[in-house]
Amino acid sequence: MASHLFCGRVNLNILREAARKDLREFLDKCSGSKAIVWDEYLTGPFGLIAQYSLLKEHEVEKMFTLKAGRIPSAAVKNIVFFVRPRLELMDIIAENVASEDKLQPRDVHILFVPRRSLLCEQRLKEKGVLNSFTNIDEYILDLIPYDGDLLSMESESSFRECYLENDQTSLYHAAKGLMNLQALYGTIPQIFGKGECARHVANMMLRMKREFAGSQTQILPVFDTLLLLDRNVDLLTPLATQLTYEGLIDEIFGITNGYVKLPPEKFAQKKQGEGGKELPTEPKKLQLNSAEELYAEIRDKNFNAVGAALSKKAKIISAAFEERHNAKTVGEIKQFVSQLPHMQAARSSLANHTSIAELIKDITTSEDFFDSLTVEQEFMTGVDTDKVSTYIEDCIAQKDPLIKILRLVCMQSVCNNGLKQKVLDYYKKEILQTYGYKHILTLKNLEKVGLLKPQSTMRNNYPTIRKTLKLWMEDANEQNPNDISYVYSGYAPLSVRLTQVLARPGWRSIEEVLKMLPGPHFEERQQVPTGLHKKRQPGENRTTLVFFLGGVTYAEIAALRFLSNMEDSGTEYIIAATKLINGTSWIKSLMDSPEENLP
Amino acid sequence: MTRAKPEDDEYWNSSKFKAFTFDDEDDEFSQLKESKRAVNSILVDDDDEDEEDVERVSWSGEPVGSISWSVKETASSIRSGSEQSFPKIDTTPSLSKQGSGYSLSSLFKAKSKPGAFQSFSESFSDTSSRTYAPELRKPKSGGKDVVSDLSPEETVRRMQKGRAFSLEKFCSLQDKLLLLDEAVAVYDGNVITAVLIFLKKSLSKEILFRELMARDVALRHYVHYLKEMGEQKLVVELLKALGRTEDMALMHYKEHLNIKDESRRRDFLKSCLSLPFSQDDATHVQDHYTLLERQIIIEASDKKAVAEIFKKFPRKASILNMPIITTLYYSCFYHYGESEGTFSSPSNIRKTFRISEKQYILTALGARAKLKSWFDVDSLFNTKNWLGYTKKRSPIGFHRVVDILHKNSAPVQVLQEYVNLIDDPDLKLSGALKYKCHDIVINTYRDLKDRQQLIVYREKLERDSPEYRKIQELLNNVQIRWKN
Repeated sequence: MASHLFCGRVNLNILREAARKDLREFLDKCSGSKAIVWDEYLTGPFGLIAQYSLLKEHEVEKMFTLKAGRIPSAAVKNIVFFVRPRLELMDIIAENVASEDKLQPRDVHILFVPRRSLLCEQRLKEKGVLNSFTNIDEYILDLIPYDGDLLSMESESSFRECYLENDQTSLYHAAKGLMNLQALYGTIPQIFGKGECARHVANMMLRMKREFAGSQTQILPVFDTLLLLDRNVDLLTPLATQLTYEGLIDEIFGITNGYVKLPPEKFAQKKQGEGGKELPTEPKKLQLNSAEELYAEIRDKNFNAVGAALSKKAKIISAAFEERHNAKTVGEIKQFVSQLPHMQAARSSLANHTSIAELIKDITTSEDFFDSLTVEQEFMTGVDTDKVSTYIEDCIAQKDPLIKILRLVCMQSVCNNGLKQKVLDYYKKEILQTYGYKHILTLKNLEKVGLLKPQSTMRNNYPTIRKTLKLWMEDANEQNPNDISYVYSGYAPLSVRLTQVLARPGWRSIEEVLKMLPGPHFEERQQVPTGLHKKRQPGENRTTLVFFLGGVTYAEIAALRFLSNMEDSGTEYIIAATKLINGTSWIKSLMDSPEENLP
Repeated sequence: MTRAKPEDDEYWNSSKFKAFTFDDEDDEFSQLKESKRAVNSILVDDDDEDEEDVERVSWSGEPVGSISWSVKETASSIRSGSEQSFPKIDTTPSLSKQGSGYSLSSLFKAKSKPGAFQSFSESFSDTSSRTYAPELRKPKSGGKDVVSDLSPEETVRRMQKGRAFSLEKFCSLQDKLLLLDEAVAVYDGNVITAVLIFLKKSLSKEILFRELMARDVALRHYVHYLKEMGEQKLVVELLKALGRTEDMALMHYKEHLNIKDESRRRDFLKSCLSLPFSQDDATHVQDHYTLLERQIIIEASDKKAVAEIFKKFPRKASILNMPIITTLYYSCFYHYGESEGTFSSPSNIRKTFRISEKQYILTALGARAKLKSWFDVDSLFNTKNWLGYTKKRSPIGFHRVVDILHKNSAPVQVLQEYVNLIDDPDLKLSGALKYKCHDIVINTYRDLKDRQQLIVYREKLERDSPEYRKIQELLNNVQIRWKN
């Protein structure tokens, strides 16, 4: 069912099972046949936990999406709403419930994900429907197992909430999620952190731990260290174009809840006898995770190394198919046949990824992509960051997508520790004139979170940070990497460098740089019950959970996986984040009325 | 599903109740169709292998059984109209008892009581106790909790665990603040908000604002709560009291996005002009207002315009709410050459909105090239020096000019002229090669004395074309000292 969750160092399937158990318990609470009315947004995250079969086993007979008006008819005993605690959804639910047939009453339930909210319940009361609900419950879905070494809260707007709106609810959920995790995997003895939000989450965890002091879990700690990182400690990394295979898939097509939708033309099924079959018009939807052997192998490679890996794989597979000529005896043929399903799966996986790689290659080899990447790399190495970039200017004149412009301007600002007032004003004017004055709001938001700012009197400290942390590696090896900088073909993500230095030689060696980055850095220790102290075998790796508050990119994940797999690293990483992001989705989350600006 | 009798239909149609169980098939169909469309718009079939299968009984397959997929599937299974297209369900859960024994919720939640039911009892709670708190929860059944005499700590704990509590005993300001501080200390936004609602109802605005100013976390939650509840006015007031006037101004300005009617939007923007924006933003908001005002005037007159240009190139969309550069383009397209006195003239717009020369040239060039007015294009770059000679000058590189002209399918003669104006020799050559300006290519190679390249280029040309012959002549010219 969820084989991709077993393969990591930590069995994250325990977490998934716990979540499934909760879900079953709730469903059984509403006895009898039922229909689920879904908050559309939740179907993706729930898909990571459970399949429809699980719901069906618990008498879920129909499923609908939540929308105004009446619930479509269904001969069921219960109606169950699965919703996020949002006021606008409450209004729809109230309308749904109010138009229920009074003559044939059905039991109505509501399940809030991830937390119930008094505010929402009050709204339901105001609408006069609160008493119609038989069950009001919450389904704690904080950290969702996403892959064998990856957890996500799938909380889209977390960065915006924390850094722009000062709403720390998602941090509370993060802390709660970490408490749940510790209940399942044991207390994490060491907590490190950098940034305001990290400090806040650590504080909440320590307080929660005090409160539940009585109910210590008697579990041998699985994690040795927790590292909490604020996204705003490293604003640069998500702005850069990711150059790993998975990163590029996300940049170009967008991965949501582990799925990607691709243009169908390249995936037309070549079935025999159906020569005239029309090309599919619906996008091709693929699930991407490490359960797919080939994908697990190539996802974290620099894209320039993917072609070679694919052709190598192709040779292996065709060799395997050739084996049939060597199969002489019945036994050999039987053995060959038994391997066929596996081989066929491998072949179709190869076909899929070859097609995806072709799609990506069309883009990465374009002049546009090259120019844009060149400018990014110039900024990251500190070239001409204090002047107006003619490339950005040209992009604005050509009315390229606004998000692309904002990504580049923000990157220039971050790499220059703020733009000269004159330069900033110039960009702002050009953007407002070309894309509309209403973007005053978006520009203001970017300023508030620190992505865009005027240069202060302080001197530009980015070069110091770059040099000390070796953020730019001139000779990044894309084919056989020896450093994390391969994920951006030269740029080593700051966040992952911090993680790397923490493991060895320790943050004390970079005190100066840590002070230049925003927010406090700290270390806390949690008491582990006696008898549960881990006795490490010589040569056994430590396990560190790195939690990105405000989102993580696929390239950063790749870099951490690279560190885990390094022979002498001594540390293996499990990654958690509020959300998987890329520069585009991130900037978009900070825009006001973004839907209007997309081309 | 039984079909209703005609008299029943009449009853349902005349009654204010809408028939739910006896729906008319058409109605149901359209409803589901709509729902399916909504679902389809986000969900994609995972499995294109089994597309032909009409009825799917096996839900066990991993991709087929994904939740998002199944939402769509159940929706469509009803649509087919059959009595019960859904497979019979085995009510004994086969898997439910397997798996881990851990339960997330049981770790931190008090086990909910059977039939526990929470409600906000305000004025008419089922017990007689009068409460001020909107968020009081009372179990429907089970023993009555003693809730009236609890410490702030205990009360907050109860709130967190979803048990009955009462806030009414927190009468004095001091008690209320202790309660608030306790809620803040546990970080639970849900509880903080509940306490804030209580404080909002039981304290005067001034006192609440004053106390919140000293409590940053509570203040943020309060602002968030007010925004959620749509209490815009109160937020503005609060921000003002906090001295965050710029935030207040921007928040007010943001409202314009919700106004669809252009005249109302314009009036609203006008009302924003006096708000305390930063100096820069004040200019931008002023421009925004002026632009919309201008667009409304232009739109009104162009809608019924009869000029030749509007017939030849009918307008595809209204100009309302378009960015200024788009508006300038529009003006250069439809209103080129109008005198500066008219609102719609390019020169007036350029001046009013302080558009840079670069932007202006780019925009005008695009518009005039689109119309193939090469004469206008020409005059855009003409400058007279003091001797009266005209000279071509451009604030944007001529290679960009060439790109734009090419995009608008300018003829080679026009392109050639501008390729010739490119300063950088490399750019010039690559431009000439790209846009097949043979003369320039040939002359460049000749000046470089690059015989090899000329030979290569000759092969790309049609035999006996004038260009071909030109190269031929050059190659035969013994006076040129080739470098290769």
